[in-house]
Amino acid sequence: METVVKVRNLVKKFGDFTANDHLSFDVDAGEVFGFLGANGAGKTTAIKILCGLSLPTSGEVSVAGFDVYRQGEMIKRNIGYMSQRFSLYDDMTISENIRFYGGIYGLSRKTIKEKTAEYIARMNLETYKGKQVKELPLGIKQKLAFSVANLHDPKIIFLDEPTSGVDPITRRQFWDLIYEEAARGKTIFVTTHYMDEAEYCNRITIMVNGKIAALGTPAELKEKYQTSNISDIFLLLARGVEINKNKDR
Amino acid sequence: MEYAVEIKGIRKNYGDVEALHKVDINIGKGEIFGFIGPDGAGKTTIFRILTSLLLPDEGTAKVAGCDVVADYKELRTKIGYMPGRFSLYQDLTVAENLKFFAGIFKTTIEENYSLIEDIYKQIEPFKNRRAGKLSGGMKQKLALSCALIHRPEVLFLDEPTTGVDVVSRAEFWQMLQKRRDEGITIVVSTPYMDEAALCDRVALIQKGKVMSTDTPQNIVENFGKPVFSVKAANSNHLPGLLSAFEGTSSQNRFGDSFHWIPAEGFDEKDLRQYFEKAGINNCEIERISPGIEDCFIELMTQ
Repeated sequence: METVVKVRNLVKKFGDFTANDHLSFDVDAGEVFGFLGANGAGKTTAIKILCGLSLPTSGEVSVAGFDVYRQGEMIKRNIGYMSQRFSLYDDMTISENIRFYGGIYGLSRKTIKEKTAEYIARMNLETYKGKQVKELPLGIKQKLAFSVANLHDPKIIFLDEPTSGVDPITRRQFWDLIYEEAARGKTIFVTTHYMDEAEYCNRITIMVNGKIAALGTPAELKEKYQTSNISDIFLLLARGVEINKNKDR
Repeated sequence: MEYAVEIKGIRKNYGDVEALHKVDINIGKGEIFGFIGPDGAGKTTIFRILTSLLLPDEGTAKVAGCDVVADYKELRTKIGYMPGRFSLYQDLTVAENLKFFAGIFKTTIEENYSLIEDIYKQIEPFKNRRAGKLSGGMKQKLALSCALIHRPEVLFLDEPTTGVDVVSRAEFWQMLQKRRDEGITIVVSTPYMDEAALCDRVALIQKGKVMSTDTPQNIVENFGKPVFSVKAANSNHLPGLLSAFEGTSSQNRFGDSFHWIPAEGFDEKDLRQYFEKAGINNCEIERISPGIEDCFIELMTQ
């Protein structure tokens, strides 16, 4: 199977502070990979590196077949990114957003035109055509944001808390979209604070204090820690570290 | 019963958009009351009206005995408010922020220190750091300290835990329960359905409408329909199968299983037979009690 993300001994330091401490993992094509951790555990630092926005201090990292040190620009062209907080421009229409992002990724006018028509037809957006994105219902906005992140047909899409604050029905519909794309071979790299969503991933990692504290399928981890839910594992790993920290003092 | 908050027929429109549709809620003294709903439900609008920062189009509301329109000056001395966005002065230090808020409310840090002690002492080692340089969790603790420093009767917290990890969320709720035990009424909003269980009473809110107001226990008990957890080793085909079954009223993914609600006249046995016919033998079907999220989904689809 094709490896889309390859990380070996990734270290990132900010002065004396080690934000990522020897991370190693692979993500395969078509995998839904959940990246969990407490606030401040080092998730954002690692994602920035994987997206080609920041360089590691040391270690080996490749994304979509490109080396993070030498081919950062190629990485940016071959990944998609979406977050709940910012993805689409609220005061532009659907087609303006598609044209804008298409332009950034260097798609031809013809392709942009085709994609716009395809998205509007596939997602039933005809009635919203002339409207600004801020007027769209949340569920539709999300679908659109996901499609736009997919516009240039990247190998991997990074989803940073894509469902934060979203109602329970829309949240589940969004996961249906994720599965559809994964089934087509797209790799999905997702962060979330909803522990039920951790269960929807093929594999998850839990980061604690810059290190990977757990990595495996949800079933494997539940077996290993003898519990029925991921939330317990998360609490155990994160709290366990707190106890050790106090001992050191 | 004496109420800390009384909301009568509050309506609010933004242009054509109905942000709040006739909200009627009473919140008792010393309660933790939660507004549970997704983005855009109207939670922040309610908070802004109750804290006298926004005028309602219709209806009246009283907080700590003060009308939110007529008595807004007095009201503001009796409440604490932690808005969703970080509200402190980024270029003041931790200690300066706290002193500033105490000063505004004509009190001192010393006078009410006991109320914030256990929260503040966690950030005290950083008291000379500028607020803008704090981590997310520390900012939250400082904001809570500042909202409490004048010993408010009613504390309003607008989405204090959004984007916060499970561990910090659990700790935050423990802090709230302690404040409640000291007699402060707490009005809090959250998009996380699982946090409903930590409130004394909740309002489930969606698109400006309150769908249900009750204790979390009662909401779950009054659900009125059986819920089954359905689990299979290979679950990829389950959603398709369940939705194709005529005996399905609804089916939703919950973690590693599906919650299945049978249509009228169908039960667990019918589902087992259906699975057998489809050649699926390794399914675990188990009756479970519904959670708040089940209730919310059901109310949304009614």
